[in-house]
Amino acid sequence: MKIREGETALDDQYLLSMKNISKEYFGNRVLKGVNLNVKPGEIHALVGENGAGKTTLMNILFGMPVIYSTGGFEGEIQINGESISIDSPHTAMNCGIGMVHQEFMLIPEFNVTENIKLGREIGEPTALSKIFGNLLEKMNWTQMSKEARKALDSIGMMNIDEYAKVAGMPIGYKQFIEIAREIDKTGIKLLVFDEPTAVLTEGEADRLLEIMRLIAKKGIAIIFITHRLTEVMAVADSMTILRDGEFVVRKDVKDITLTKIAELMIGRQIDKLVDDSLLASRDLSDNKIALEFKDYHVDMPGERVKGMNIKIREGEIFGFGGLAGQGKIGIVNGIIGLFDTQGDVFAFGKRLDLSKLGEALRNNIAFVSEDRRGVGLLLGESVERNITFTAMQIKDQFLRRIGPMKILDKAKADQHTREMIKLFDIRCTGPSQTAGSLSGGNQQKVCLARAITMDPKILIVSEPTRGIDIGAKKLVLEYLTKINREQGTTIVMISSELVELRSLCDRIAIVSEGKVFSVMKPDDSDAAFGLAMAGVREEEAV
Amino acid sequence: MNQKTDFFKKAGSFLFDNKVMIAFAAICLAAILLSGSPMTFIVDGVFTRITRNTFTVLALIIPVLAGLGLNFGIVIGAIAAQIAVFCVVYWGLGGFGGMLLSVLIATPLAVLFGYLVGKLFNRMKGAEMIAGLILGYFADGLYQLLFLVIIGGVIPVDNPKLIISGGMGVKNTIDLTGNLKYAIDSVRMVDIVTVVFYVVLAVTLIKIILHLLKKYQLNKGDFIFFGIFGLLFGISYIPEIEKFLSTDRLILLDALTAVLIVLAILELIKIIKSIWINKEPLKTLVKPIVTLLVYGLIYALTFIPEIEEVLSYVKLPVLPFLLIAGLCWFNQKILSTRLGQNMRTVGQSQSVAMASGIDVDKTRVIAMIISTVLASWGQLIFLQNIGTFSTYGAHTQIAQFAIAALLVGGASVQKATNKQAIIGVILFHTLFIVAPEAGKQLFDNAQIGEYFRVFVSYGVIALSLAMHAWTQFKKEVQPPTGGADLEIPALPAVTVKQQTLK
Amino acid sequence: MKTIKEIYESIGLPRLIIGLFFICLVVVSIILGFSPAALFSDVVRRWLMYGTLVLAMVPGIQSGIGLNFGVSLGISAGLLGSVFAMEISFLRNWNEVLGAGAPWLTLLLALIFGIIMATILGTLYGLLLNRVKGSEMTVSTYVGFSVIAFMNIVWLSLAFKNGELSWPLQGQGLRNTASLSGSFGGLLSNPDVVQSTQPAWLHWLAFKIGDFTLPLGLILVFALLCFFVWLFFRSKMGIAMSGAGENQLFTTSSGIDVDRMRILGTAISTVLGAVGIILYAQTYGFLQLYNAPLMMGFASAASILIGGASVRRAKISHVLIGTLLFQGILVTALPVANEVIKIGTLPEVLRIIISNGIILYALSKTKGGNQ
Repeated sequence: MKIREGETALDDQYLLSMKNISKEYFGNRVLKGVNLNVKPGEIHALVGENGAGKTTLMNILFGMPVIYSTGGFEGEIQINGESISIDSPHTAMNCGIGMVHQEFMLIPEFNVTENIKLGREIGEPTALSKIFGNLLEKMNWTQMSKEARKALDSIGMMNIDEYAKVAGMPIGYKQFIEIAREIDKTGIKLLVFDEPTAVLTEGEADRLLEIMRLIAKKGIAIIFITHRLTEVMAVADSMTILRDGEFVVRKDVKDITLTKIAELMIGRQIDKLVDDSLLASRDLSDNKIALEFKDYHVDMPGERVKGMNIKIREGEIFGFGGLAGQGKIGIVNGIIGLFDTQGDVFAFGKRLDLSKLGEALRNNIAFVSEDRRGVGLLLGESVERNITFTAMQIKDQFLRRIGPMKILDKAKADQHTREMIKLFDIRCTGPSQTAGSLSGGNQQKVCLARAITMDPKILIVSEPTRGIDIGAKKLVLEYLTKINREQGTTIVMISSELVELRSLCDRIAIVSEGKVFSVMKPDDSDAAFGLAMAGVREEEAV
Repeated sequence: MNQKTDFFKKAGSFLFDNKVMIAFAAICLAAILLSGSPMTFIVDGVFTRITRNTFTVLALIIPVLAGLGLNFGIVIGAIAAQIAVFCVVYWGLGGFGGMLLSVLIATPLAVLFGYLVGKLFNRMKGAEMIAGLILGYFADGLYQLLFLVIIGGVIPVDNPKLIISGGMGVKNTIDLTGNLKYAIDSVRMVDIVTVVFYVVLAVTLIKIILHLLKKYQLNKGDFIFFGIFGLLFGISYIPEIEKFLSTDRLILLDALTAVLIVLAILELIKIIKSIWINKEPLKTLVKPIVTLLVYGLIYALTFIPEIEEVLSYVKLPVLPFLLIAGLCWFNQKILSTRLGQNMRTVGQSQSVAMASGIDVDKTRVIAMIISTVLASWGQLIFLQNIGTFSTYGAHTQIAQFAIAALLVGGASVQKATNKQAIIGVILFHTLFIVAPEAGKQLFDNAQIGEYFRVFVSYGVIALSLAMHAWTQFKKEVQPPTGGADLEIPALPAVTVKQQTLK
Repeated sequence: MKTIKEIYESIGLPRLIIGLFFICLVVVSIILGFSPAALFSDVVRRWLMYGTLVLAMVPGIQSGIGLNFGVSLGISAGLLGSVFAMEISFLRNWNEVLGAGAPWLTLLLALIFGIIMATILGTLYGLLLNRVKGSEMTVSTYVGFSVIAFMNIVWLSLAFKNGELSWPLQGQGLRNTASLSGSFGGLLSNPDVVQSTQPAWLHWLAFKIGDFTLPLGLILVFALLCFFVWLFFRSKMGIAMSGAGENQLFTTSSGIDVDRMRILGTAISTVLGAVGIILYAQTYGFLQLYNAPLMMGFASAASILIGGASVRRAKISHVLIGTLLFQGILVTALPVANEVIKIGTLPEVLRIIISNGIILYALSKTKGGNQ
């Protein structure tokens, strides 16, 4: 292989080399000069918090359309030293890159062979196909099932019947069939596994790691994205750590400890988002409990809560942190009443019957959902309608009685809305502007205003500053601090940004595998936070 | 012990899965008994309607497969056919030649219409059925504009047989006797055999040429194929057989016998293959032997006088049935091609299909084109059999009745087979025939019977749509996105979703 | 200030075409010398005739079930109520006994029967629609058709004594069209009927101003209905219902039972359908049974869409504008067509093309936007 100017001899040994990758989404820098290098046949872990940029990096590698429709990327991708331009998933496939997705791309009604061969079926030419094109080729199922069998055997799945229907198979098997599909593609050199163990049982996860080893032995490189650091230590040869879109370090696994990984994942200069002057200390008593969860379960697909026990004190600002999919988002959605719950939730000592709609609202709990467009707003209605809606329905506010009917009191609604617009500095043309036409940050303020209109004693905010600019971020967090200190409102904050949580919470619970893993203080070490996020006890860390 | 409960379980689930068909069959039976009509009348009527309508019903199967649901837009295919028929009658052409010309005119029209409809459906994914329904009405409006206002009005046409007196618009009914009536029905069997032979000859010659050009590999199958048809052609020269084949109709008895013989030969071939060639154990013979016995039994039954009388009374035109058999074969065959496999994949999950590199939009458009063309041919078969062209009514009901028939046969919005289509046509049209008489006997009012059958046809569709929507809805409960990145687009969620419906 | 482009986009091409078409027709008919007053009367009359049926679409759309093609249920309830009321009126000889009050009582009875039946049917129908979320329109179309077909059997089986209703020689079965001239026909809208049967102090219900007929009674009733619907959607429950139709998750998270709201919306829609057909019949002067109401759901849906509504949002103004435009075209097209092309059936063909075209357009907008 010729060495070109600027390259070092080292470049040759890498199968995949992503150099200095940068990506911007609508002015937001998501990747800042990231490098990723993978040797042939090695298992390389890609580690980082949510939002670190792992998904975007893989999107670029895989040529996903979302990259190109938002301005492309900077940097270079090399395969075996040769620079290539990957502009579509198809090109990526032709370069030998495969991806095993988190959400399966299988068709339950089809059998295993059909699924493995999806979109790449083998056909025999017929007289008609010669004239009209390959769509009229006859399907050669004998050949295809042979190849499917081979693919399954090569990953040790001898007990999966290639003629069986996929519907009803255990999730682990579905995962393995996905893998078999990628292996079956000719010329596969690199396989990306995106959080593959997230949906597997422990036994299936172990199986999966074994399959990875088998594949790597064949000379196929693997990029393994996971937050489970123990898995990284168990199976990976080397790893790259990303943090806030920046490349932190690339190391061989044997040269690093789990604790160090955790620390590097989290550690950053903490730029406190809330001025210390606002954070007056106060006495919080363990005897005055605002919100208590006992064996709390929430059946939210993708964010299941599997038995949470925690007590939140009156007047406290309590944070829930943790990685995506671990359950922190499920907490509030269960209280809202959008998903089935089990176990007990107590508000000021009173047990809430969450099966009744609006139960939490009627007990002085207000909330702001993380999904502001899907749950938090009536996009087609005015700012005024949005802000006044819940209080109107639950507390009969902004209404006038006319005979037996309760009619909208436009004057009161308008006045209150203007107050809220002023308080939160909502940039809009007035109370009658449609919520859907506001910017993300202002939409979030409207959601917050709606919750505040309820005059709650407990305010639960989920991802309060997601996707909004730094100015609005500060405003929101300062406001939360303010009402906590001035009115004693108990605040429960759920966020994937540790910085935010460590800026104003009194205590932070890290949620892992649907349970509270540990309750930490804002000034606990970065390593401690990192390990907790990864679900690793300090004793287990090597 | 286990086998017994297994059997009951299987029987139970069979009953449940086919509840619509069984309930309908029960109603049919009741109506037949109530009406007191003679079986010859009923069977004759049913077979006539089978001849007329089955092709169109079969045209509905491919869209179901491709995830487009029940194709309420087959009206548009029928319109293409009717435009063609009008032209042909206007030019005074008739017979089989006239029919061929109709096909030549209708087909490109149907291809164009099918393409447009497919494009529209692609813009309305998830709402194809309601779109098809409304589109059908819209197309009807345009058709009326064409036939009522433009032809004879804006474009003056001077033909008293076709145009309403006064000169404005096409007549309500056009009599097809003398030109297209029975154009397909009256094709003699011996002519069919001759034409088929020549076509097979041509195809074989093409295959030989391709082989010489090294583009195609001749194999044993090709020669056997040619041999069979050559043999048939030769046999048809034997005087007795030639005489037998010179008619266009076959009495049901003879048809049934012929079909049984062919099926029996196929079973025998299967048996020979499995014993001598594949050397499978004897117990696999149980099923084929039982099947043969069943055929024998059916044949024996035909000797019972009442049954024989009915079977001898009914005369079937041969070509339409061959066409129906051909379409059944086509529906099967296409599934074994790449196109068919793509259609199935798209029908199961558009997102998975797209991610696997299948051109979802193109596949759906192709499915619509095929269905529309088949529907137009089906309408041609229908019109030539019924003999009168009801200009403003012929196309409006066919979508309803065809879809109702398909559903009665046990099909659903997601799954439809040839068998279901045929069973459905038989059941649906049996009810159609006996309902008025049954109504007369029961309520002293034949009209009630007629209304009842309309009610049933709507009701069956409503029920099927509701049941489909119910299962669909249960699978699709949308949870909040769990905080999917709002400003920063994440990897597009690729979920295994069944087709959506509106 | 919205730019011209924004206004154009929010109106949409088909509506623009329809609006311009209507204006053209009006201009042409004036040029051809038709009496504008008579034409205008006709337009107003038909506008009021169909108005309530179109109004029935609003609760359905707002509560999230889309275009309620199944309004035929309400129509059937209204027709059944009317038929029963007329039979009772005949059996009890109200025309003789109560004089001028008879038609009022019949009308009232028809409304009461119709509303009660519509409430029951509407609630059941709402329960069904809750099970088929996402497919409401397809299911509602065919449920509507099935109900009409079933009612055909009912009409044919009823053995009534009222000569206006039943076929004279057969013992059983109602006529296709029953004249309301001996009953409540024209009570609120026809000056001749009002002047001849009602006492003087009620003559303001309908009167002529030159060539132009002013059906004041009907206008008042329709205005009242529109007002109540408008008021309802400004009430706590109406706002909750609109929320349910726009975003189920949002509304659920605000403690509202979305399913209940949908049932309520469906029931109100069905009741308005029943009232609507009764008002329609009294204006037209005839009760049309059997297959006549088959396409009314589509016509009503088309009207409201023409008026600017979408499958998800509808206001009273959409009802008023849309019905005016749609009926206006049909009314003015007939005489124009007769003069220019001499084809009497052109309006019917136009109706089919326009109504289905606009529905198709509206559907393609929502679905297209979803992708």
